[in-house]
Amino acid sequence: MRDVAVIGVGMIQFGRRDEDSLMDMLAYASLKALDDAGLGDQSVDAVYVGNMGGGAIQHQSAIASSLVDRLSLLPAAAETVENGPASGGSAVKNGLLAVASGYYDTVLVVGGEKMRDLTGWRATDFVATMTHPTAEYIYGITLPGMAGMFTRLYMEKYGVTREMLVAVAIKNQDMGGLNPYAHVEMAITKEGIYDNPASIVNNPVVADPLHLYDACPVSDGAAALILCPLDKIKNPAKPSVVIAGFGQATDTQTLQEREDPTDLKAVTLAAQQAFERAKLKPSDIHVAELHDAFTILEIAESEHVGFFKKGEGGKAALAGKTKLGGQIPINVSGGLKARGHPVGGTGVAQVVDIVWQLRHELPKNRQVKNAQNGLTVNFGGFGNNVLAFVLRRVQQ
Amino acid sequence: MPVDMELEKVLRPYQYEMPPYPPKVITLANGKKMVVRQAAREDVPVILKSVHPCLFIERDYYDIVSARLYGELLAWYRHRVKSEYTLIGQIDGYLVGIVNGRMETDKVGMSYHTLAIDRGLRIGSHLFAAKMEYHLEYLGQEEVLIVAESPIGFRRWMIEYPLEETKIPHELGGGDSWRLTREIYFAAKPRLVVGERPVPKELMDEAEADIKFADDDTIRERIAGLKGR
Repeated sequence: MRDVAVIGVGMIQFGRRDEDSLMDMLAYASLKALDDAGLGDQSVDAVYVGNMGGGAIQHQSAIASSLVDRLSLLPAAAETVENGPASGGSAVKNGLLAVASGYYDTVLVVGGEKMRDLTGWRATDFVATMTHPTAEYIYGITLPGMAGMFTRLYMEKYGVTREMLVAVAIKNQDMGGLNPYAHVEMAITKEGIYDNPASIVNNPVVADPLHLYDACPVSDGAAALILCPLDKIKNPAKPSVVIAGFGQATDTQTLQEREDPTDLKAVTLAAQQAFERAKLKPSDIHVAELHDAFTILEIAESEHVGFFKKGEGGKAALAGKTKLGGQIPINVSGGLKARGHPVGGTGVAQVVDIVWQLRHELPKNRQVKNAQNGLTVNFGGFGNNVLAFVLRRVQQ
Repeated sequence: MPVDMELEKVLRPYQYEMPPYPPKVITLANGKKMVVRQAAREDVPVILKSVHPCLFIERDYYDIVSARLYGELLAWYRHRVKSEYTLIGQIDGYLVGIVNGRMETDKVGMSYHTLAIDRGLRIGSHLFAAKMEYHLEYLGQEEVLIVAESPIGFRRWMIEYPLEETKIPHELGGGDSWRLTREIYFAAKPRLVVGERPVPKELMDEAEADIKFADDDTIRERIAGLKGR
């Protein structure tokens, strides 16, 4: 297997992009990545597109074929990868394997989603299609509903408090305000969303005990990256970053079938695989992008990947250990909470943000000082299909 | 403009006695304090300057809501609508939201419009709640008739309260009215109507000193900017 480097990255601002079609967004992000890689007129061998809802929302399928044509990348191989909210991570994995195996030398991976065509409740219903059709969906379960029940159990078992969830929300929205690609730029305060009688309106219950600011927004957006073998890079203009390891694991589709619903086994296994392949351990990671579709998930994942012991993630968040400058900065981009969550785009965007961190390209107020290794976790379903990537800055 | 006072007396509608809305202050999600208070008729020209740029924003029906609100405010200013009132929200003196309505009878209120000029802070929700508070708690009315012109309004008013569907035509035309009764209002009040009274003097002084308004580009950016609004 060959070492695989990320030689180009691109992202468009997440948010509500009424003027752009899904294909426009995928194309913009791709062009940025191609430009960042300095490929010029050189084409790519293959294109992998992570997307969950093109067929359901835009009535457009075979998106990768369309994108290749749109970008004049013919006759590159093209595939759309649908794996729920882990579609982006799965697209990255497919590109990684294609290059590592030696079948392709230059691969474009792009992930994106256009969800704001839908009203909020229809978007919630669309995302709920990933649940079990007869054991969950028909009873009206939604992802916020699942996350609410998960949070309640996690609170009871590990002593997580609302104050800890609030700390995560504030941290991530603070960082989103500094990220020009973020959907949510608005800073929030503890007084405004938790400590004041008006918070009952400012931050209403969405799915008890989760409140509005515990949830990520519904976003449009896209991100892209270019992969190639590390040994093909000659005189790089930018520091090289490799995907040093990846892991992927699945779990039961329904939460009720899990021995312990608070145990996110697929997160643990995916992270372990990624660390083993990268020959690194959690303490070697300097920056992480975790899948905080809900604030509780950032806390739970920070424990399941091994940054903190079970029951310590919430305390760590409250103590500021996951802030920029803390023990392990998590979601410096703002995470899904603030950068946004265009479902098929998230897994790619997480890798793009870590590449920027490892290249040391971000402004001081967002850059983790001297970051060498980063981790991403892309969480599909309610933890039933999880991908983790460990990225490493190559010493020149 | 020249006014024929004799004719004017005929053209001007009857006005109910309307007790004032007592101002309140609400802490928003970003920690800012929004003063909610009643606007005076002479404030209308300044308020219209903030409504005008919204006329050209298609997103979320801002154009139609703003156009109608503009007309309603002007009608109030020129004494061509019966028993209208306007409440405004101000942060640091800046106008961030406007709601209006009127008394149809002493028992029935007619809700007009809700315009949030700064978005993402639930300003519309807070101001709509203040409007309902005014009708039911200070004007002493039995019910308020309401319609929504945008899906956001429908979600905020019809679903969140929740309002009662009726077959009563609404003054704005369009769909039939939905009704907020006293029973529904007081059931919803603990989770939807907030604010503290009295407003601290320094905040009230700042709000009353001057209604500040952002420039047109800033207003358009706040309402229709790409970032999370």
